[in-house]
Amino acid sequence: MRKEELLKVRGVNKYFHDPTTIQVLKNINFDLNKGEYVSIMGKSGCGKSTLLYILSTMDTDYEGEIELKGINLTKQSHNELARIRNEYIGFIFQFHYLLPEFSILENVMMPALKLDKYSRQEIEHRAIEKLRLLDIHNLAKKKATQISGGQKQRVAIARALINEPLIIMGDEPTGNLDSKNADTVFHLFKEMISEFNTTLLIVTHDEDFANRTDRIITMSDGEIINL
Amino acid sequence: MGNKVLFKIARTHVYAKRKQSIIASLGVTFGIGTFIILMSFMTGLNGLLDGLILNRTPHVRVYNEIQPSAKQAISNSENYPSDKFFHKIESIKPQAAKSSIRNSLGIIEGYQKDKRVRGITPQVSARVFYKSGSVLLNGNLLGINPEEEARLFNFDDYVLHGSPTDLKNNSNAIILGAGVAKKLSLKIGDYIPMVNPKGKEFKLKIVGLFQSGLAEVDNIQSYANIAAAQSAAGEGTGYFTDIHFKLHKIEDAAPLANELEELFGVHAIDIHRANAQFDTGTSIRNLITYAVSITLLIVAGFGIYNILNMLIYEKMNDIAILKATGFSGSDVKRIFIYQALLIGFMGGSIGLLVGYGMSHVIDNAPFETEALPTIKTFPVNFDPMFYIGGGLFALITTFFAGYFPARKASKIDPVEILRGQ
Repeated sequence: MRKEELLKVRGVNKYFHDPTTIQVLKNINFDLNKGEYVSIMGKSGCGKSTLLYILSTMDTDYEGEIELKGINLTKQSHNELARIRNEYIGFIFQFHYLLPEFSILENVMMPALKLDKYSRQEIEHRAIEKLRLLDIHNLAKKKATQISGGQKQRVAIARALINEPLIIMGDEPTGNLDSKNADTVFHLFKEMISEFNTTLLIVTHDEDFANRTDRIITMSDGEIINL
Repeated sequence: MGNKVLFKIARTHVYAKRKQSIIASLGVTFGIGTFIILMSFMTGLNGLLDGLILNRTPHVRVYNEIQPSAKQAISNSENYPSDKFFHKIESIKPQAAKSSIRNSLGIIEGYQKDKRVRGITPQVSARVFYKSGSVLLNGNLLGINPEEEARLFNFDDYVLHGSPTDLKNNSNAIILGAGVAKKLSLKIGDYIPMVNPKGKEFKLKIVGLFQSGLAEVDNIQSYANIAAAQSAAGEGTGYFTDIHFKLHKIEDAAPLANELEELFGVHAIDIHRANAQFDTGTSIRNLITYAVSITLLIVAGFGIYNILNMLIYEKMNDIAILKATGFSGSDVKRIFIYQALLIGFMGGSIGLLVGYGMSHVIDNAPFETEALPTIKTFPVNFDPMFYIGGGLFALITTFFAGYFPARKASKIDPVEILRGQ
């Protein structure tokens, strides 16, 4: 596969100021190529999630430079970042965050409706396809509050896939899933790579999962100790 | 298209929080409904009260008045010129002038075609005594042109039983003040004997009763045609004591009055000078109505503000998710403003309907009073401007009530919410 650079992280530092100033990320540098399957490992509190939030453009309070697809994210306005996040980044939270008033299908469709690239019918069709990949298409009409935790997690994954983003970031996306479903998700990500050349950056505690990825970034005390 | 998603989210939120949304919109309903009822009723009442005076008051009234003699004997003295001395001695009494207006026909003909003038009616005022056996009651017989008075000054509104046109060709007919009729136990068809100050006795047949609602008028005033009043006054056909002008625009009254005074040397008073207290009363009543209604709407606005604020606290997670999946701060702001407007729109439209319904109920409620013989129900003003204004105000208030919570929502940092979990 041709190596094409997607994400470039240069000298990222991050501080928490409350209650006292602590440096949580120390001079983070790394690159990700298109189609790479990368996991981040490390003990709790080592800054993995914080790094992920910064990379996802939600947290803008950091020092250093980040480039996605040649766009310097550090210099963008909040509205522009929201647009980039919508189109290029799929984010999966540690806990299945769904909108409780909406059906499963609507939850999955939401980012695509915001992107407004396809017609409503097309979006609906695509959303059902994604749900089918995760084997939850029969839940499409249910409300988000009516399904189990594992099912919610899979809905959240389907939502991250809906806009076929350049990069999917996951904060322990399989943490709530049994090994069978975790396996399904792992393979689904693999398929995304082969089909859309998607890049995957997954924070995980699951060593089995991590060992099967292309590369493991290990963090400790806010520093990358192993690329 | 992008807005459609935001609107759908707003709608879903409002429907999901049905109870709170209904309570919030009830606040608006109450505010707008009260606004409509208050405005319709108050302005209806104002219109009635104004009309009571203004409709039958001439815009310009030309009349004669006894004046102090302008030139006193002392002003002829060379020893005491008026620029050096203050003349205090006024020994020359007012001249006994005829109370008729000089050149009255000239004035009427001259202005009948004037573009500002809607109509002119001359009147003859004759002092009389109503007689019943040995009882003499003070009275005033007004000679009028009944058709023109009805057209210009709604004279027929105040005539009970009988019509003003009965006077027209009958110089023996009278429309008697209701107070006089009551005192003397007279009814339609009876003859009323009268005496004029010169001692001449005559009888007129009652063809109608007149009730203005003002007791002091109804106890004195009666109407006959011009010829009858002229003969009651013992004067000829050129005798007119008043000329009443009705104009197209009330603003022309003051200039026209000045013009008449200058051109004809008569006394002319315009409606504003004659009823100055009236404008003040009306504007103060309007001010109070607006103040009360706006206060109600602002209170409703606070209700919406409160409920949206609470909603935003409950929806912190959802806001974080929306932002994480690519909705910007301004998208989130719009979602909450849409919610406020949705509540305002629902509450406002129901409020308009409630206001309209209640106004109809009031409009049909019986309201009978001695003072206003032609009014049977409460007066209500169904001006569409109140509905347009009320609707707009509902949306504006709810917009601002929603704007501040929405701005807060737009500033929520998703990372803080996500990290906190």
